[in-house]
Parts: sequence; C-alpha cells; structure tokens
Amino acid sequence: MTIRNAIRDHGQRYRPRMACLRKAEKVLLEMQDPRTGVKSQPQRLVITTIPHAITGEDIIAWLAGRFQIDTQEARSFGSMLVALGYIYPLQDHKRLVIKPDASLYRFQTPYFWPTQQWPVEDTDYAIYLAKRNIRKKGILELHEQEQYNRLHKWMNHKWDFIVMQAKEQYRAAKERKKPDRVVFECQERAYWVVHRPPPGTVSAMDYGLERRIDPNADETQTPDFYERIMIFTQQSIMRPRVKSSVSIGALVKYCTTYYSHDPFLSKCLPSNPWLTDDVTFWTLNRLNAEVPSKMRVERWTFSFGELLSDPRGRDDFRLFLKKEFSSENLAFWESCEDLKWGTAATMRGKAEQIYKTFLARGAPRWINIDGKTMEITVSGLRHPHRYVLDAAQTHIYMLMKKDKYGRYIKSPVFKDTMKKAICPEEHKFSDAQLEQNAKNRRPSLSPIILRQQELEQRARMAANAPVDITQVMSKLSQQGKEAPQRRTSR
Amino acid sequence: MCDQTFVAATFGPCDSCGTASPLMNIYIKNEPINYCSFCMEVMACQGLQKGETLATLKKECESLKKKLEEDRGKLNDVELHQVAEKVEVVGALSIKTRRVLKGHTNKVLCMDWCKDKRRLVSSSQDGKVIVWDGFTLNKEHGMSMPTTWVMACAYAPSGCAVACGGLDNKCSVIPLSLDSNENCAAKKKTVAMHTNYISGCTFTNSDMQLLSCSGDGTSALWDVESGQLLQSFHGHTSDILSLDLAPSETGNTFVTGGCDKKANVWDMRSGQNIQSFECHESDINCVKYYPSGDAFASASDDATCRFFDLRADREVAVFQKDSIVFGASTVDFSLSGRLLFAGYNDYTINVWDVLKGTRISMMFGHENRVSRVRLSPDGTALCSASWDNTLRVIDIFCCFQA
Repeated sequence: MTIRNAIRDHGQRYRPRMACLRKAEKVLLEMQDPRTGVKSQPQRLVITTIPHAITGEDIIAWLAGRFQIDTQEARSFGSMLVALGYIYPLQDHKRLVIKPDASLYRFQTPYFWPTQQWPVEDTDYAIYLAKRNIRKKGILELHEQEQYNRLHKWMNHKWDFIVMQAKEQYRAAKERKKPDRVVFECQERAYWVVHRPPPGTVSAMDYGLERRIDPNADETQTPDFYERIMIFTQQSIMRPRVKSSVSIGALVKYCTTYYSHDPFLSKCLPSNPWLTDDVTFWTLNRLNAEVPSKMRVERWTFSFGELLSDPRGRDDFRLFLKKEFSSENLAFWESCEDLKWGTAATMRGKAEQIYKTFLARGAPRWINIDGKTMEITVSGLRHPHRYVLDAAQTHIYMLMKKDKYGRYIKSPVFKDTMKKAICPEEHKFSDAQLEQNAKNRRPSLSPIILRQQELEQRARMAANAPVDITQVMSKLSQQGKEAPQRRTSR
Repeated sequence: MCDQTFVAATFGPCDSCGTASPLMNIYIKNEPINYCSFCMEVMACQGLQKGETLATLKKECESLKKKLEEDRGKLNDVELHQVAEKVEVVGALSIKTRRVLKGHTNKVLCMDWCKDKRRLVSSSQDGKVIVWDGFTLNKEHGMSMPTTWVMACAYAPSGCAVACGGLDNKCSVIPLSLDSNENCAAKKKTVAMHTNYISGCTFTNSDMQLLSCSGDGTSALWDVESGQLLQSFHGHTSDILSLDLAPSETGNTFVTGGCDKKANVWDMRSGQNIQSFECHESDINCVKYYPSGDAFASASDDATCRFFDLRADREVAVFQKDSIVFGASTVDFSLSGRLLFAGYNDYTINVWDVLKGTRISMMFGHENRVSRVRLSPDGTALCSASWDNTLRVIDIFCCFQA
C-alpha cells in the first residue's frame, strides 16, 4: 500500500462514510467495562508489567456470548476490530488478526482511534519515523526506510520542523516512567501498523475511491432544492398505491411458486453442472432445444412474461397462434420490441415498416386495436420516436395475456409439448466419477460463433421463406376474391 | 402487468412549451399536467415567490412529506414476516466454493455473467477487464483499459461484447472477437460520457442500448451505435453508486442508489423519477431487483440491507444483526427470490431468508472486501468478486430435500 499523498486532494474528493467505526466504538466500550467486559490481566515483560492485557480466546468468547454468534464469526469480528486498530496484539504485532489462543492483546487508547484524525497526516508519520531513527539507528524496516526517504524528499521544506518535533517527543518520552513509556511505544507502533501497513498486506483502512460530494455534509438549502422535493412529493402522493397485504402476498407467492425451480433450494435435474462438472443440464436447456425439459415447460405456465422471455416458449406460442390465425399479434409485439431496443439510426425506418405491415388500413397483417389507441399511435407516428408504439404494444400484450395465453395453456399444442417434455433422471455420480468429470471439463461454443450461426440460419430462412398465408389471402382479396372470415379476437 | 408507468403518456407536446418531447407526469395543485423536463426545471428554479421565504418553503416541504407518509401508512395493513409465517423454513444450506478465478493483479471491482450461464467478465483496479469461461477457468479475452479503477463492467445480452467504465468518466463498449491476434481494446467504442467516474453500467434488453450511472449524480441511457444520449436522469443530490434494470416483463424502469441515502426508481422513457425511498442511514452501495420486478433490495454502509416493495411503495424488511457492523457493499437474490446474498466489508457474505428476515448462513473465504455478488442467469451458481484479487464461483445446496 503506497502512502496516499495528501497534497493530491484538491478539496473535491471526500472519503466515504465509515459508519462502522461508530458501531465498533460502542462495542469497544462494552468490552472495556470493568464488570461485564473482557477479563484482563497484567502481563510481565522482563522487569516491567503491562496492565490490562487480554487474551485472544477471551475476546472471542466474549463476542460470541454478547452477540449470540458462533466462534468462527466471533473470530472474524474480532479480527476486524484488530484490523481497524481498536485492539492491538502484543506479540507478532504486524499480523492484525485475533488468534484463538492465549496470545495477548490490549485495547488501543482513544487517542489513537481511527475516527480521531483521519486521514492520517504524512507529517505525523515522518515525525514518528524520525523519532525511531533517533532512538536507535537502523531500526527501521525496509519499507519504513523507503517511506522515510520518500518523505524526506517530499517534505524537504519542513524537514527541520519534523526533526525538531521528533527530538522534542523523544525527550518528553524519556521523562516518563518506564512502564508508561513502553505502553505508549506499543500503542504508537500499533497505530502506525494500522495506518501505514507494510506493502502487500490487506488494510481495513483502505476504503477505495473517494466520493465527489462530501457525504458527511448537509445538503444546500436553496429554494429550488425545496421546489424539486415538493414537485416530486406531490406526484408521489397522487400515484396509485396497493395495499400491503396484496403486494406482499404476491411477493410471497412468487417465492413459493419458484421454490422448486431454484437450483439452490431444490434438486436440479439431472444435476447442477457446477457441483458435478457434468453439463447435461445446460445442453438440455439450451435456447433452441427441440424438446424442452418438464421444468422449463412448467415455468411457461407461471406467467405470460415467462412464456415470452423463453425463446422456445415463444416458438411454441407462435405455433399455437398460427393455428388460430392470429399470429400477427405476436409478430407486432416482437416488432415493437425490436423498435424499442434497436439502434437509433434504424428507428424511423422500422416505425414506418411496422405501420405499413400492421397498422395501416388494408395492411397485410392488420392488428385489432381500439379506435382511441389507433388514433394516438397514428398521430404519434407523424414524429416517430422510440416509444411511439407503446400504447398499441400494451394493448396487444394485454390482449394476448388475458385471452390467448389462457387458451394456449389449455390447447392441444401445449398439451403435446408438455407430454413430449423430458424429465431427466437425477445423476448419481460416485466420487471417482466426479473426479473424472472434473478432469474432463470442456469449453463450450463461444456466443460469438453461436450468433454467426444464427445469422446464417436466418439468412437461409429468409431466402427460402414459406409463403405467408395472410399475404396470399390479402392478394386474393385484392383480386376481388373473398377472403375467409377472420376470427375476430375477442 | 403491474407496471403503472405503462399507462402514463410519455411523449407528446409539453403542456407548457408545446414542443414534442418525453413527458413527465406531475401535479400542480392536484391537477395532472405533462411537462417536458426543461419546463419542469424552469418551474423549480423560479426562485422565491412573493410571500415565500426559505422557511415557509421548508415547512411546506415537510408537510407534504408527512402527507406522503400518512398515505403510505394507510395501506400498510400487514408486515412481510406476518404473511410469511405460514411459509416453511429453509433447510440447512451446504455451501461450497467450486471455482477460484485468479488472474487479476489488484482488487476486482465488478463482475457480470454472460447469458450462456458459464462465461463472465470481471474488471479490476489494475485497469484490466478479463472475460473468463467460469466452468473451465479459461481466460478467453483480456483487455487493458487506459485507466485504473474500472468500477463497472457488463456483458452484452448477445454475449458478443462487453461494456466497462471507471475513472476515465467514460463507458466503452468492446466487441469481442475470436481472433487472438486482434487487439480487442483497439476496437473499443466510447459510448457514455459523464463528468465524473462511472460507478455502474448495464445493457438493456439488447446490445444497442446502454444504461450508465456516475459519480456526477446522473444516470443516462445511450445508443451504442452512435453514442447518442437518449435520455438522462437527474434527481440524486450526490454520487450514484449502483443501478439495476427491472426484469423483462415490467420493463421500462430501473432503480439507482446513491450517497444521498436515496434509492430512486426511474421511467426510462421520460426520464422521470417515479418513486424514491429514503430509509437508509448511510450511502447505498448496491441495489438489485427482486426476480418478479415488484420489489428491490439495497445494501448500505449502515450495515443493513433493506427490502422495498414497489407496489405498496414502502420498505417491508430490514436485514440487520447486532454483530454485523460493517457496511454491505453488494446484494443479489437467488432465482426464487427466497435467498438474499449480501457481501460485506468485513470480508464475509451473509445469506438471508428474504421472507422471514433472518440470517440463514454465513460464508467466509475472501481475504478482503467482497465487492460484488452475482447469481448466474439460470440460478445454478453465485459468483463473488473481492478486493483480494480473486473471484469465486460458489454453489449452494439445500440439504433437506424430499
């Protein structure tokens, strides 16, 4: 971790909130309570005694008891407290973790808590390193020596001040009693291990990127600030809302409906590829599968959206609509989707094409929408934009959902598909077989190749396109022959 | 469809200036009116009118907010855990890490799955974007971005391109090619341009449009081919940290979460902010829709994850525990929406039962913050990306089965 150069902050970047620090401090205070906190004992160090040392196991046990969590979680939580610098290890001071044994730790003094002064000043670090240099030459570690040289270069202009400060602090420390001095040195050393960690170690102080706006500041109070809130709140009040029982009921129902389809909660047939390294599940359920699996077909019955979003389901539905001579509805809906999500440049052309094919009077695939919607759509088409067909698309979608979908589920087409659907046997691999599977992992066809194949296939189909019955009919009627009575969509 | 935005008029002549443009449906003195975004801004910036002071405006604001809360409360007739009482408890989960993807030399900041259910793309602080086949651990493509901190990456629905962006304030789309001699990064096309870092991006239902959100407080919809800005979304008062697109059927909306503690739901067509939730006590790091599209979850620095119901327009659950003190940085649901996976800054992932509001399990294993968890498209695995330079593909198996 390199030193974050404080000079770089032009006052336009702010550190994120570290709400966890306030919460951690609360826990710390509880831990230090003489009656209910962690048991402490004095530690003997040759001739001096360090008071209030606590063992790793006691910390973990206390945390587990206080929060009703298991030892692993307590250990992880304790390690985070050490990583933040609230507790420091007395032995092996560079490894900021809690060891679940009799290793000793101490609570860091509030003077050195991270919230007190953050971000940490480079000047202070320079003073600290200089101080240690004075105390004993050559005691600095390699990375500390590098930092020291770097700071010396960057802060050359105030180096005299730094050295003077270091000498002052060194002299003041010598005047303290030995136990206090040892404790203070330990605390200070722990502080700098947290805030200037050796390179290659993980630092809990690393919060990533800074924010553009100061999250800790209050928002500006100008008139337009309030106006905007009022405009928004007004429209929010007028928005229709649903009773909690209804909407929450729907959420719960969704969970229970899909429970058996969730690979994490129910068996994945034949087996979850990530668990057994066997990709049969993916091959069976590929997009253009001839014969879908039973689970897949079952999902189509959950909602109309599920049916449409699965290409195989949509194909089945299209087949059904063809039999009912109302496939123009689905074709229109698909064209609208294509318009909505397509490139801006092609939009105008697509809108015109759709109008000619589906909406104009006498169009070859005329769709049945009510007068008002037609009026809105046609007037919107004068200045075509991406969402001009929204109203018509919703109407047709609702039509398909409320009428055709229900009929599809009861239709012979669907029943046939359901009958033919496969329900694979669950795989029962032995350990040896699993190992073999793991060795035989094969790469799959790249989506790039699949798309190329798809485009080629579409080109081929367009070239040999079967005659569209509706086009034949319209041609006949134009020639004066009667077109068969179209089934009116209810 | 339960998406109320479908019914509203979204394009046409503005009631104020008459130009045909995307419309916002707002109310002036309880009368519905359709303004274009420019006229709305003008209305907001009129300054203090006669007899108004900052204090009166503030009071009016507060009273409106109170009325909104009252209206919301009137329909609040039941809590989630009450409805979920009859639902069976989830059995014990067996959690196994199945793959560890090593290759990044610095923090992995973001990842996304491909629709083919096994490929994924990840981006890192070292400026590299790698496309992996998660199943075989092959690195299929590797691209170097001219910036560090690539905080957002997304896989295109067709599987033939990826989008990424970060400190360069731009979101670029890179078409993938199988030719190993070609330098992928050379064909990169800059699509989104913001005035500050890009924090999230996603393709819409096709490869042709890209949604991006940025530290400059705005999100935007772009046309990939031309780089044209199709719609911009203003309303957050500070950095936006995350966005998520609503699942297909409800289409047309997306949610963003930011440093102003708000999660906003937007209509993609008109740019209007439809709903806003301000329940968190700190920055929202991640937002994700429930699979049905009628609700979403958010993860925040205040160590809680919250669950918001869009139709009832309120927060319905808070996932928190005394022992969880560190901010949550990412969330995702399982396929059925029953499980919520949340990655935290204390290097763990917690698994919550969405309906009951309790924590089911905990995952250790990462050695630094978990920056992203994402469910694979068919729900068979969970991928977690972390600041310890690795990605893990995790599999979960419920032990109690009939």
